[in-house]
Amino acid sequence: MAHDALAPASGNTSEMVRSATSESRLARYGLIALSLAFVGLFLVMPLAIVFTEALRNGPGRFYEALADPETWAAIRLTLLVAAIAVPLNLVFGIAAAWAIAKFEFKGKAFLTTLIDLPFSVSPVISGLVFVLLFGSHSLLGPWLSSHGIKVLFAVPGIVLATVFVTFPFVARELIPLMQEQGTSDEEAALSLGASGWQTFWYVTLPNIKWGLLYGVLLCNARAMGEFGAVSVVSGHIRGMTNTMPLQVEILYNEYNFVGAFAVATLLALLALVTLVIKSLLEFKFSAQIAAARKH
Amino acid sequence: MTASLPQRWQFRQPSVIPGFGLALGVTLSWLILIILIPLSGLAWRSSALGWSTFWTLATDQRTLNALKISFGTAFVAALANVVFGVLLAWVLVRYRFFGRRVIDAMVDLPFALPTAVAGIALTTLYAPNGWIGSLLTPLGIKVAFTPVGIVFALIFVGLPFVVRTVQPIMEEIDREVEEAAATLGASRFQTVSRVLLPGLAPAVLTGFALAFARGVGEYGSVIFIAGNLPYVSEIAPLLIVIRLEEFNYPAATAIAAVMLILSFVMLLVINSIQAWSRRRYGYGT
Amino acid sequence: MEVRVQDIRKEFGRFPALEKVSLDIRSGELIALLGPSGSGKTTLLRLIAGLESPTDGTIFFGDADASKKTVQERNIGFVFQHYALFRHMTVIDNVAFGLKVRPAARRPSAADIRKRAEDLIELVQLGGMEKRYPAQLSGGQRQRVALARAMAVEPNVLLLDEPFGALDAQVRKELRRWLREIHDRTGHTTVFVTHDQDEALELADRVVVMSKGRIEQVGTPDEIYDTPNSPFVFGFIGQSNTLPVRVENGQLWLEDRSIGVSAPGEPQGPAELYFRPHDIDLLDGCGGCLAGVVTISRRVAGTRHVELDIAGSTRRIEIELPADVAAAPGTRIAFRPNRWKLFRS
Repeated sequence: MAHDALAPASGNTSEMVRSATSESRLARYGLIALSLAFVGLFLVMPLAIVFTEALRNGPGRFYEALADPETWAAIRLTLLVAAIAVPLNLVFGIAAAWAIAKFEFKGKAFLTTLIDLPFSVSPVISGLVFVLLFGSHSLLGPWLSSHGIKVLFAVPGIVLATVFVTFPFVARELIPLMQEQGTSDEEAALSLGASGWQTFWYVTLPNIKWGLLYGVLLCNARAMGEFGAVSVVSGHIRGMTNTMPLQVEILYNEYNFVGAFAVATLLALLALVTLVIKSLLEFKFSAQIAAARKH
Repeated sequence: MTASLPQRWQFRQPSVIPGFGLALGVTLSWLILIILIPLSGLAWRSSALGWSTFWTLATDQRTLNALKISFGTAFVAALANVVFGVLLAWVLVRYRFFGRRVIDAMVDLPFALPTAVAGIALTTLYAPNGWIGSLLTPLGIKVAFTPVGIVFALIFVGLPFVVRTVQPIMEEIDREVEEAAATLGASRFQTVSRVLLPGLAPAVLTGFALAFARGVGEYGSVIFIAGNLPYVSEIAPLLIVIRLEEFNYPAATAIAAVMLILSFVMLLVINSIQAWSRRRYGYGT
Repeated sequence: MEVRVQDIRKEFGRFPALEKVSLDIRSGELIALLGPSGSGKTTLLRLIAGLESPTDGTIFFGDADASKKTVQERNIGFVFQHYALFRHMTVIDNVAFGLKVRPAARRPSAADIRKRAEDLIELVQLGGMEKRYPAQLSGGQRQRVALARAMAVEPNVLLLDEPFGALDAQVRKELRRWLREIHDRTGHTTVFVTHDQDEALELADRVVVMSKGRIEQVGTPDEIYDTPNSPFVFGFIGQSNTLPVRVENGQLWLEDRSIGVSAPGEPQGPAELYFRPHDIDLLDGCGGCLAGVVTISRRVAGTRHVELDIAGSTRRIEIELPADVAAAPGTRIAFRPNRWKLFRS
């Protein structure tokens, strides 16, 4: 294993020739060691500490912390928000990818830039825009409150902010993928007499399903984990408008570290599951999602 | 006659594929409802402030410091990520070693891990009594509750941007190019530093910009570790939240507007550099 | 510089790519390594360059053993199939690269490097394009930059891997002639790899025909075409026909009939007869000949290509006749090879 472990990717050439197109053994060892140290320090240890901190007072305290009704309310709210936001952005993502990848029209590049916009906006600002839109000082605010509709500091506001933040995820995965696949499959289906919906359902969708799943996965991870934007619009009402990340913050700020890290383990597990499925998808269907590898 | 007519302006090229109207309709309505109206609300609110009010709010010393800290720490963290991101991409693409796939998957952790979780984890690690903090404190190094802590958190969130932009480009490097440099007498170090790395420059620049943009706006992972001392370790997004909690909407709006403008200017610059690179070298990301 | 390859063997894992190959390349000659894919020609070229190291055997540059030298130390010029130009460097920076990376002691002054690069760019007829980037050049132009870059280091030997492989037919032809001119002017010892026999025969001083990791024959283009020394070379270079014959009493027999060809000195027994389609005499009557029924007759430019079914053989034979010979399908044609070779398995 030891010598195998350091073979360069191409393999199979003697050390002398290898030195011409690869690094010396020492340099390779050094670079790998440096990378491992960096990954260990910056990625593995933060993940590890979530679990050790949650369990530092034993599993009993850990379960106790999770059984807290406020935590349960936070979990339910997080699931609810993701269950609304992800399907909405899924529909939008497919529609946007269909329009952008299958057609040539004026302003396409600009539209693509607009779709990416939420990526370059601070999460706090993503929340702020909804406060400005629906807050009591806004145009809509007085009208909404007179009709008894609560958007801010309530579930609708949280959903809106989450949709805003996760807006580009599905579209971003699908557009390059569908662009690469071109339009000939669809044209063939249409020439054989299929309707538009049939073409989409039987031809396009099977071609993009893994890429789509990949996008949904990332979208969901972000939807459940979003903190900044949701924090601004939620109002932090315990048991009511606290999502899991907000619950983590509240518990942490109350020095209830075991509680904070207990909730954090759930989110960390979600992240790990996301990473595992993501790696599996990349491994098994690399060709289908390779086009969208860049985030 | 018809031949001499100027070509008619066409919104879209004809296509037999159906559903353009529906798809574009859904896309535009959703885009306008969710993104454009809220963002233009921000623009409208900041323009309603009037120029002098806006200027006073934007140039408030605490605001300026917060902006300086946000942009400064994001810049330093993005630089660090360029170094470590290129290193990691190189090791992942070029070497086969035990655990490579796991490391490759781990690189995406900051994308998947909620920022609040990252925040409390990093803080606990680097706090004076934490695993790493307790090792650094005797050396007189303070990470948590200082701007250094902010940089560390931003390195965490920005890392995948650099790795994932550089990695695919690195995978595409033609072996022949390296062999060509070697046949011309270049040492391995010269080949890497004068041929391979300069060829990666556009991708590295893109990765840097993405990591930087993310770092400037980052909130969740930073606020726990930063200490949030006004004028010292208070980031701009946090100041927006503080102003909001004070119901000082004009100040929050002004800071947000400044941040957005700066971010867009930066994206514009990066986009033009990329377009230039594509025109000139025939590649870019 | 003269290059000698001695008993070189190369294995990739278990797979033998070259088996005991020896070859003398004379100083200043233009030599082609010709063979189908998988014949080991590119491997041999890369071994000479030092991009691969041999499993066994030695390579001499002049009198010096080059086998232990790295590719950097061998001072060779290599032109890659896809050129491998540095895309972030201008034409002149590409050409000057090999000089710029030399250790300070052996590096010419900046002005000299510039001068040399400019001269080479002029030589490959790209004057005025010094500041362009590879992306702004056509395929043929990139090929010339790659050649200029390889020549800039004053290489001991110039090695070209399928130099025209990626170009369209028209550009190929032009560059071929042009490469010959450049070679005659600069006198570099040059080895190029090709799978295109026309290219090898037209361009090279000598051709090395390779197959399955072995050298089949080395010779001038005329020798290779006129006196192939193995069935493989006969089959690979140009068109050829084969027939299973028998040698009896100094005569060649197909089945139970003499074909009217005497083979004095050939040992008795079965053999394969090889001959080229145009190396035949047409006969009126048949008293000892090959005869067959025309199945296909095609007019190709100034000649007529005729395919025949030879009685008693399942092999299809193609011969070339003057265009004015009417050879309608179904008619019978008698002929006799006037230049041929026998091989025994």
